[in-house]
Amino acid sequence: MTGHFEPLPDGGASVPLDEVEISILRSLAVQLMELIGPGEETGEREGDDLLASIFNDGPSEPPADPVLARLFPDAYGGPDLVPDDDVRAASAEFRRYTENDLRSRKREDALALIRALDTLAPTGGGSAELRLKPEECRQWLGALNDLRLAIGTRLEVTDEEDGGELLRLPDSDPRKPMVMAYLWLGGLQETLVESLMG
Amino acid sequence: MGPVSAHPSPTNTLRPHHCTLSVPVETERPESSEAPFEVPEPDLPWVTIVHNDPVNLMSYVSYVFQTYFGYSKDKAHQLMLDVHHKGRAVVSSGSREEMERDVQAMHGYGLWATLQQDRR
Repeated sequence: MTGHFEPLPDGGASVPLDEVEISILRSLAVQLMELIGPGEETGEREGDDLLASIFNDGPSEPPADPVLARLFPDAYGGPDLVPDDDVRAASAEFRRYTENDLRSRKREDALALIRALDTLAPTGGGSAELRLKPEECRQWLGALNDLRLAIGTRLEVTDEEDGGELLRLPDSDPRKPMVMAYLWLGGLQETLVESLMG
Repeated sequence: MGPVSAHPSPTNTLRPHHCTLSVPVETERPESSEAPFEVPEPDLPWVTIVHNDPVNLMSYVSYVFQTYFGYSKDKAHQLMLDVHHKGRAVVSSGSREEMERDVQAMHGYGLWATLQQDRR
């Protein structure tokens, strides 16, 4: 798990991925989609259903799961403010009108990652080269970031120091595989940002 | 909503407009007589604040500030450092509706952002 992104002349980026890496990435993205929840079906929808979906409000309460709460944070308040009734009401109203769209976007980013992986066919234990167009790079950046937010929250990464502490976990620690994945995803995201920024 | 809080709070200027997001055409009427108690200090701008986060990469945060706001590399880098070292940075200011758009966009990128009325 050492591959990193390189810029492509068309503004996209490429990375070599072997079978194990493809399998891990795909599995994590599928888990993220399952966590975010089923989307509105698209394509088959007739007029009335479409209208219904437009007026279908999202939730007004923050998600109970810490990962979802991090992916879909309150828009009012923050760490420096003790929320009063007004702040909570403003957050609830914002959430009602935005969270469904935000969930859709995050699902679409994860789905773009899965679809790109499914085009790869590594042979004989070697690597396949994943080539992303600029728009796919944007979606991959979003998906990689969401995955790191999800894993980082599960691992309870709370400040910069934790990165070092987690690095020194013994191999027997049950968190070790997730830590390795977290660090690997960080390398992929970092080099993808670098590829896009030139 | 419950009764007005008995104790003053620094957040009590964050009173929500009616229908802020559902009916945006009707939100910009501070002189409306329908809500005489809900138009505190309309001249104060709103700001979008990005908060520090142990997971988001510094390079990614800079990338977002450059990509979404169109800030220069230097400005985006400085704002990212402010977030990292001071725990938060004001990244944009404007109307409440504009700041809600920015906060929604930041959440889309996975950054932890909130909006509030500037306390000056």
